Amino acid sequence: MYPSRFKYESPKSIEEAIALLDAAKGDAKILAGGQSLVPMLKLRFAFPEQLVDINNIPGLNHITFDADGTLHIGALVRHEELEFSKEIAAKQPTIAAAAPLVADPIVRTRGTFVGSVCHADPQGDWAATMIALGGHVVVQGPKGKRTIEMKDFVLGPYANALNYNEIAIEAVIPAPKGVARGGYLKLERRVGDFATASVAVALDMDGNRVLRAGMALAGVGGKTIDANEEASYLVGKELTEATISHVADLVAAKAEPKTDHRGSSEYKRQIVRTFVKRILLAQSTQKAA
Amino acid sequence: MSSLFEEVQTQPNADIPVRRVTINVNGEDRSANIEPRLLLADLLRQGLKLTGTHKGCDTTSCGACTVLFDGRPVKSCTMLAVQADGHNVQTVEGLATPSELHPIQEGFKQEHGLQCGFCTPGMMLAAKALLERNPNPTEDDVRWALSGNLCRCTGYQNIVKAVLWAADKMRAESI
Repeated sequence: MYPSRFKYESPKSIEEAIALLDAAKGDAKILAGGQSLVPMLKLRFAFPEQLVDINNIPGLNHITFDADGTLHIGALVRHEELEFSKEIAAKQPTIAAAAPLVADPIVRTRGTFVGSVCHADPQGDWAATMIALGGHVVVQGPKGKRTIEMKDFVLGPYANALNYNEIAIEAVIPAPKGVARGGYLKLERRVGDFATASVAVALDMDGNRVLRAGMALAGVGGKTIDANEEASYLVGKELTEATISHVADLVAAKAEPKTDHRGSSEYKRQIVRTFVKRILLAQSTQKAA
Repeated sequence: MSSLFEEVQTQPNADIPVRRVTINVNGEDRSANIEPRLLLADLLRQGLKLTGTHKGCDTTSCGACTVLFDGRPVKSCTMLAVQADGHNVQTVEGLATPSELHPIQEGFKQEHGLQCGFCTPGMMLAAKALLERNPNPTEDDVRWALSGNLCRCTGYQNIVKAVLWAADKMRAESI
């Protein structure tokens, strides 16, 4: 399969890339990892006049923690860099749990975190993770930088809040209030398939007491399901069997699963309930750091 | 003129963008004028006649087209050839030396790690990337690393054995 014909540019700076996007007036697409864009080009779901390849722009592949614990993920950080990062493993359990479950190991060498967030696939692992973590996206355009909260970033399936002349340059995860805990579970029929259901849980904890709770779901609705309001039930409470069971019911009720070849809607809702419980039970038995 | 028929364009099409790229393939610099929409897999197979890289699904699922891009495995059907400009690509043709099979190839031979052989080039390059990062993998590590490569014949059992065989051999050789 061949993509339709396009012009290709590989700028060396963000400013140059923005100028190209600006000049193309919406007929250009940004190419980062390409693991979603190239298949869409080949299927001719996407047929831009121009591709702006950002892979040769330096300074976009950082995974850095500020002194207060705020995490920055640059636009060219590949999934596998998060999967193999010792710092992520030590400090950001939700991302550490999700990274090995994104697509398959070979796609993870190329695909990027920020690109996946921008692609805004309702099944996307990272959009759900970002919602649960209360993250935001830093974007840069001709007029400079601005910040878009993750909950406002995805407008619908495959639609994000970027203007045609803006580039998402990094994703930012705010510093945890206490100790960052959490997890990510995904049910898939085989590696690389779309999720039957997946659950992202991000907690800030003080001992066994929850200071902040965020949850989001993928694969169980036409969009990423934001269950942060339901998760906030846990705030100020300890993780006990009763509170875990209650919040799992709340979050499962928030899912909007449809019956399809991956399972019935009841089955998928039950998966969500089970995954929320499993992740939370694992946190409550962990010793405080 | 070397051929009896050669079609020539009446006028060059200025709308077709063409880029000159130089890609190091299996240790050798190869230059070509290509359209940016050319996929890396097609450059290798049709342009450079390196048909060891197989195209299976053409939809980023099967991993038969896996090559090493600057040492890391990529699905070459899901990457533009123009993106490889100035980079190193290793295909299955780059594994063996004229006199000797690579230990991974030997492992596939010893453990009968292939039946039809279609997935094998991708399997071997994904395995090479694993062993470079983790010379002493467990069976689980191998299965995990190969989970982006599909095989419809073997049931994977002998592929996993082949990679473990190669890991043993490569460790023994490095001591």
